[in-house]
Amino acid sequence: MTDALDGLLEHLRERFGDHVLSARRDLDELTIELRPAELIEVMTALRDEQPFRFEQLIDLCGVDYAAYGEGEWITEQASNAGFSRGVKGNSFARLGLTGIYGVDTIETNTGRRFAAVYHLLSVTHNHRLRVRVFCEDDNFPVVPSVIDVWAGVNWFEREAFDLYGLIFEGHPDLRRLLTDYGFIGHPFRKDFPLIGNVEVRYNEEKGRVVYEPVSIEPRVLVPRVVRQDSRYADADQPQEGADNG
Amino acid sequence: MADIRSYTMNFGPQHPAAHGVLRLVLEMEGETIRRADPHIGLLHRATEKLAESKPYNQSIGYMDRLDYVSMMCNEHGYVLAIEKLLGITPPRRAQYIRTMFDEITRILNHLMWLGAHGLDVGAMTVFLYCFREREDLMDVYEAVSGARMHATYYRPGGVYRDLPERMPQYDASRFRSDRDMKHLNAARQGSLLDFLDDFCERFPACVDDYETLLTDNRIWKQRLVGIGVVSPERALELGFTGPMLRGSGVEWDLRRKQPYEVYDELDFRIPVGTNGDCYDRYLVRIEEMRQSCEIVKQCIAWLRRNPGPVMLDDHKIVPPSREEMKDDMESMIHHFKLFTEGYSVPAGEAYAAVEAPKGEFGCYLISDGANKPYRLKVRAPGFTHLAAMDEMASGHMLADVVALIGTQDIVFGEIDR
Repeated sequence: MTDALDGLLEHLRERFGDHVLSARRDLDELTIELRPAELIEVMTALRDEQPFRFEQLIDLCGVDYAAYGEGEWITEQASNAGFSRGVKGNSFARLGLTGIYGVDTIETNTGRRFAAVYHLLSVTHNHRLRVRVFCEDDNFPVVPSVIDVWAGVNWFEREAFDLYGLIFEGHPDLRRLLTDYGFIGHPFRKDFPLIGNVEVRYNEEKGRVVYEPVSIEPRVLVPRVVRQDSRYADADQPQEGADNG
Repeated sequence: MADIRSYTMNFGPQHPAAHGVLRLVLEMEGETIRRADPHIGLLHRATEKLAESKPYNQSIGYMDRLDYVSMMCNEHGYVLAIEKLLGITPPRRAQYIRTMFDEITRILNHLMWLGAHGLDVGAMTVFLYCFREREDLMDVYEAVSGARMHATYYRPGGVYRDLPERMPQYDASRFRSDRDMKHLNAARQGSLLDFLDDFCERFPACVDDYETLLTDNRIWKQRLVGIGVVSPERALELGFTGPMLRGSGVEWDLRRKQPYEVYDELDFRIPVGTNGDCYDRYLVRIEEMRQSCEIVKQCIAWLRRNPGPVMLDDHKIVPPSREEMKDDMESMIHHFKLFTEGYSVPAGEAYAAVEAPKGEFGCYLISDGANKPYRLKVRAPGFTHLAAMDEMASGHMLADVVALIGTQDIVFGEIDR
């Protein structure tokens, strides 16, 4: 298994050269990063060419990296009452409180916010590969659709469009899949609140179902804490204990 | 000649054969389907987003509720992904227990599928027979975890507790005669493993019963043979996994090809179909039940011989026992930290997949080093199967859609997530 993965990594580098922005091997899994422009070309080769033969696209998912690595318990001073109970106010780690509980719109356009992650499986060679593509524009994330390469990707792309707003160029039927008819927004983005924006109830006077702004308040039971655990500390960057609390 | 107009028909979401909340918009020409457009999402609970707001361990219970007829297999995929990121391996005994419960779950799932599929197609009796055996396995779930369905039994680092020494028995009640109670408790005199042993002894005969009712049944064959044929190449392109793929003749089973836990030490066979129609998928699943029963037997034999821990002894991840907490300060601190904050998982990403009864159930976890997942993606097998509904149903009759939903083993908990 070990040598097979290294061999595959070698083949990938050899065959695609500059098209592969990065190729890593972590936890016995291969991950390569591609540019949207060359995605279709590389994916077709990955499916058809002998050393790869990835017949199956097992999974496609969208990822929003906007809040990566952000904790909400960043306090170092202890007062006589002890440590403070986490960060006050809004943070992405509080799952993006927009709307009536304050606005945290994301304005930077890094080109590294939205990614589509593909998991490929080769039944012939019994190996897997993860492919990541970052969308170049955060405000209008576009990825070419691979529906002509793997027919099974249809609903996965619709799902990623629905939940993250990724536009899959070339998809013949890019409709919402999981959310309600007439839903506004893309619920899995980090700036979409966990409690949602609207709630639904039956209005007896009007005799129909009505949509209203949410009436519940968001709460965080366990704050999000990013810790550099000493057991897993990176050998290159030795950490002195935990970074907070 | 009469002019046949095409028209659109709604199938579900309130339809007994829609297996929950499937809304199918069917474009029909007479009684022939031209296009099937499944509208899903009526059971969407945003499980993946909820998982982002909770410490790792608190989401295990959500996994049960994804595919709610194969509960422990879902937990397994999630727990394996966490373990991969943490770099830990559970003790041998825990691995055997997990394997055993995965197979029990497979039998549970296939029984539910067989019963529902039979009912959809018009065979009432099988449903009742299947639920009789399901009841015994539910009791096994309950004995080990306290819950009949949503067990939350697997944990990163092992399983929550060891198998009980005594199988719970039925209590006396005024609705039950002494003779009935004696009969009900006959197999429950010993431990859980004794009960399972007894179950494995009688289960193959039960499968024979189902087969007597269905396999050569003329109506059953008329409804299934030649319906929803998928070629092996197309099945791969469409992303089919599990019995849907094996029914088309592709010999692919993660338990054999990418073994996890202790599957590489066990002796079992992978059934494969030849025609890729509903009937072949039925035969594949029936044989899988028999094979699962064999695997359970092997696990029982191993578990009887090898007592030992079922959880890792690493209190950075696994909570200490109540007893330790009473007189050990450090255990107290560990307990407090684990239950108020949880453990932080090193930054990175992992994909872990198990061969769930319906196909490949995978969990893709991205961690940024926090105590909560940064992103969790659940790869549900039924999702790709249902996506192929349009292709499988076009050209068939309306009544065949029901057979197709049955053969795809649709459960909306995992498709809508």
